[in-house]
Amino acid sequence: MSAVPLTSTAVEPTTVPSPSPRRGRTPRVGAEPSKAARLIILIAVGLVFLVPLGAMFEFTLRTSGKPGVYSFAHYASIFHTDPALGISYEPLFEGIRNSLLICLLTVAIILLILLPTMLLVELRYPRVRRVLEFVCILPITVPSIVLVVGFVPVYQRVAAVFGSQPWTLAFAVGIIVLPYAYRPIATNIAAFDLVTLTEAARSLGASWPVAIYRVILPNMRRGVISAVFLTVAVVLGEYTIAAFLSQNTFQTALLLISQTDSYVATIFALAALVFAFVILLIIGRFGAASPGSRRRRPRRVQP
Amino acid sequence: MTTQSIPDARPRARGSIASSSIETGTGAGGTAPRRRSAAWLGFTPFAAYVVIFLAIPAVIAVASGFFGADGGFTLANLKALTDPVIIKSFQGSLLVSAVSAVVGAVIGALVCFALLGTKAEGMLRTVIDSASSVLAQFGGVMLAFAFIATVGFQGIVTLYLKNTFGFDINADGALLYKIPGLILPYTYFSVPLMVLTFMPAMEGLKSTWGEAAATLGATRRQYWTRIAMPVLAPAFFGSVLLLFANCFSSFATAAALLSQGGIVPLSIKQQLTSETIVGVSNTAGVLALGMLVIMVVVMFFYSLLQRRAARWQR
Repeated sequence: MSAVPLTSTAVEPTTVPSPSPRRGRTPRVGAEPSKAARLIILIAVGLVFLVPLGAMFEFTLRTSGKPGVYSFAHYASIFHTDPALGISYEPLFEGIRNSLLICLLTVAIILLILLPTMLLVELRYPRVRRVLEFVCILPITVPSIVLVVGFVPVYQRVAAVFGSQPWTLAFAVGIIVLPYAYRPIATNIAAFDLVTLTEAARSLGASWPVAIYRVILPNMRRGVISAVFLTVAVVLGEYTIAAFLSQNTFQTALLLISQTDSYVATIFALAALVFAFVILLIIGRFGAASPGSRRRRPRRVQP
Repeated sequence: MTTQSIPDARPRARGSIASSSIETGTGAGGTAPRRRSAAWLGFTPFAAYVVIFLAIPAVIAVASGFFGADGGFTLANLKALTDPVIIKSFQGSLLVSAVSAVVGAVIGALVCFALLGTKAEGMLRTVIDSASSVLAQFGGVMLAFAFIATVGFQGIVTLYLKNTFGFDINADGALLYKIPGLILPYTYFSVPLMVLTFMPAMEGLKSTWGEAAATLGATRRQYWTRIAMPVLAPAFFGSVLLLFANCFSSFATAAALLSQGGIVPLSIKQQLTSETIVGVSNTAGVLALGMLVIMVVVMFFYSLLQRRAARWQR
């Protein structure tokens, strides 16, 4: 076989009008875009995506009834409620407190129920891994609005046991969170040799609790922290379940407040988005600190 | 050693313990049968939790559609699916989800393309990844507020278009409070989800393929149409399905914008707050069943496409 000339279309004649691949600059091969194309796409899409967020911010600065007059008055009003308006932000603060409590309990469910189960599967029953993965990913296929139809009767029983308390939502929200928590932990487990490390610790005389606490968990810090942060983000953004089980959480309170004071609701919504962005940014930087797991975010379903 | 089947396992030793060679490990799993059976008990909390809060609610949700008001089994409720209002809400859901998924997938794929060749751990990618996660998974009610502030009656874009071009996007009623208006926010959270799901596939394009194609004389256009696109096609269509599923099951944004029905999740809400169709009980269960059937079909094809796409992602 003789060498194929670089410029001819020797592979197959095509209808594509193909200009010579060498035009001025060095020819690029492969899939990478040119610098200009990259900049144009990223800036255009980025700007479009910033518009609604910018609009939110602009909205919070407006003075109602006076177009073009901007001030931070609505921000101040959060802390110094104007009694004349008769608006109380207490439901919102209560919703935030409830959501934080639910966050705490959901994180506990992840750390005390999901994590030990995953370790048990890795160490003792690797054959069950497929099943566990299936179960943990399942909540993506079952929309929360469908689950809610079933949650309503289940929660009548739950309320009989624990009372109709906001914190009981943590059980339901924990299910929604499963896929998000499972992924980073699973990726982390796959990224280091869990079994060998444990065997080493055991043969060096460590008891099971010591091996888990001093050898395994320190290696899983990254996955666990990602899972916890994602859990916090998802719980703070959860609306459907709280709405149908008639509990006051951050999101339901936002919607409620927006009917009386849409400015303050928007301030809190924007703040929550920024807050979630910051925690995920921290996970991202945290993950970048050491190589090994680049795909730390749950990609939704990956069978 | 029983757990070496992890597909993308990268055995990496960290910490001082690992650095000593461990060839003599007797195997932690090789313990007495008594311990082994006791260890099964470790699954109890998780199993109980998942049964009570996932299995039972899912079964109740679907099964409730098959029970009449008297508590007996019946298929009569299924006729709710022929109710014109319900059919319309399924159509609305399918339309909004399909359009948002396709538009979101195309824009998202463009962003992935633009991100090719950037460092995965670099600041740019970290920022885009985090922002995508927030917008794709966290939005809900807050995105509804964002769009009210953008294209609502007093929205910044509405006012700009009105004042500059004299064009009122809300001329025939508020755009955002009608079903097609949902396409805007839905696309807004579909694009970031596309970036998250499609980027691994895009990165699976090996630079050697591009070099090989160029060596054989292919133009970049030929490279894209004959190599990259066919390789990416399963992952792309898989992502479209995932985006569709995500839009289809989304509730919070729509609930914050619309007070009446029009898409299936909102119809379920109406049914649960007892606004039932005449002669049909447990319509919410029937609607949940309908939604679940569509979701299962979509996710089934998604996993098929994912499996195909995974061939190239090794």
